[in-house]
Amino acid sequence: MQDSILTNIVTPQYARFDTPLYLKSGAVLDSYELVYETYGELNAARSNAVLICHALSGNHHVAGSYADNPKNLGWWDNMIGPDKPIDTHKFFVVGVNNLGGCHGSTGPASINAKTGKHYGADFPVVTVEDWVETQVRLADYLGIDHFAAVMGGSLGGMQAMRWTLDFPERVRHALVIAAAAKLTAQNIAFNDVARQAIITDQDFHGGDYYSHGVVPRRGLRLARMLGHITYLSDDSMAAKFGRELRNGTYAFGFDVEFEIESYLRYQGDKFADQFDANSYLLMTKALDYFDPAHEHNGDLSAAFRAVTANFLVLSFTSDWRFSPERSRTIIKALLDNELNVSYAEITSSHGHDSFLMEDRHYHQLVRAYMDNIVT
Amino acid sequence: MTATTAPTSPIASRPDFAAIAAWVQSGSKVLDLGCGDGSLLCYLRDTRNVRGYGVEIDDANVLACLNNGVNVIQGDLESGLSSFESGSFDYVILSQTLQAMKHTEGIVREMLRVSREGIVSFPNFGYWKNRLQVVSGHMPVSETLPYQWFDTPNIHLCTLGDFEAFCHQHGVHILERRVMNGDHQITLAPNLLGMLAFYRFERQK
Repeated sequence: MQDSILTNIVTPQYARFDTPLYLKSGAVLDSYELVYETYGELNAARSNAVLICHALSGNHHVAGSYADNPKNLGWWDNMIGPDKPIDTHKFFVVGVNNLGGCHGSTGPASINAKTGKHYGADFPVVTVEDWVETQVRLADYLGIDHFAAVMGGSLGGMQAMRWTLDFPERVRHALVIAAAAKLTAQNIAFNDVARQAIITDQDFHGGDYYSHGVVPRRGLRLARMLGHITYLSDDSMAAKFGRELRNGTYAFGFDVEFEIESYLRYQGDKFADQFDANSYLLMTKALDYFDPAHEHNGDLSAAFRAVTANFLVLSFTSDWRFSPERSRTIIKALLDNELNVSYAEITSSHGHDSFLMEDRHYHQLVRAYMDNIVT
Repeated sequence: MTATTAPTSPIASRPDFAAIAAWVQSGSKVLDLGCGDGSLLCYLRDTRNVRGYGVEIDDANVLACLNNGVNVIQGDLESGLSSFESGSFDYVILSQTLQAMKHTEGIVREMLRVSREGIVSFPNFGYWKNRLQVVSGHMPVSETLPYQWFDTPNIHLCTLGDFEAFCHQHGVHILERRVMNGDHQITLAPNLLGMLAFYRFERQK
């Protein structure tokens, strides 16, 4: 463990759970595995643990790199590590790949022990509540009674919120970044176009493409291209690509001409090579279903009534997918319940992706908040 | 909205904080509008055991609040206090910010919507040194008005008399007034000798 602090080298670890998991959908998973990584050391009082929840395409590899692949930096390495805003000298950080994912935790691409085949379309739909339940089990497994903080951006922020609702005694602080209390119709619409791109790909085979030896690559690629547009802002795209042409002149055809086309296709290809289409479907559904106010007749303040955690809520000015207005809805519910909460609206041109970017003010805010957490 | 707040000094030497704290009951719930770096809320937390939130627009001040462990909500007072439920606070404080607000009537109305009582402090434009500077042909520049006419955020300066007339016209019932000059309380000719004015008020019943 000490070595990992010094060199930032991490190793994924696996935890197996054989207690049946009753999912919100009514389905039951008899057993499953979660892949996770840890950074820093759990203190003697076991009071310094921080859980990082990932978003749509994230995973357990949040920080550091691997001994056999030093270039593979964790997706939030600019935020988490020794002397970083989430300082692993102080905190014991846990990153976990969510159930249904495709980076090592049990998901649609895993082999179903009952059938000896890939789960494929048989893998049940999972919700944010289900994820939190599995994360609680992982916490038990790691001997963590309560987290000093649960933190996440976007869909990860929704998990952090859900923790405070479902396990108020097990989370002291929630850092909810670029998130929302529920998706808008527009958000769901984007997700459905992405899903339709995958499902209508002729290589999808009703989700059982594994046995056909193919992947619905075109669909997944389109889904990612669409998603990527919504994660950037008009301004950042204009600044980065404008109307730049790859070859300086119009070709009057449908091949890649504009730089933005090239960029999106590259992002789509890269993603299609490393992500499982079924997992993508599941993640987007978890987003769509998230709506804690739903069980309280749409009253988010009522949903937060049992919450005791302290909150840091952050939004980014150019994020139109999860706009600052969406964060202010969360703030209102927290204020109505007289919870300790701070909110900052960070000026950034990077759209929804801002939460992953290195930004001095953003990181100072997180650092300041984390510094005041008693462990 | 805190451009006019005096530079941060050791809290103990802030007689304006003490003046406000004297009106705030122990254990109450407070909203501090334009809370700056959160030092007034820290002071009230430490001396009056209050719970509360600050509202602040400036990035550096929001960060300072987090460093000070104070709840802060980043936002623009000019657009109202819609995040805050009616009647959800014991006191709303507007410390040396009123004179920099565009919508004076709007913010006072909002203060009395979300809170039982409002507390404001502002530099008294009627202070004799200010009057003297105007008479000598210049806009006042002083300890409480440290700006030049061209760079001041203070767009709605007033005197004690002006503020009291405003309250009268807008259904605001003044409960208490305190006028200070440095750490001295002024009782004689306050509109002339007072540098900083404090009012505690409620809705006219």
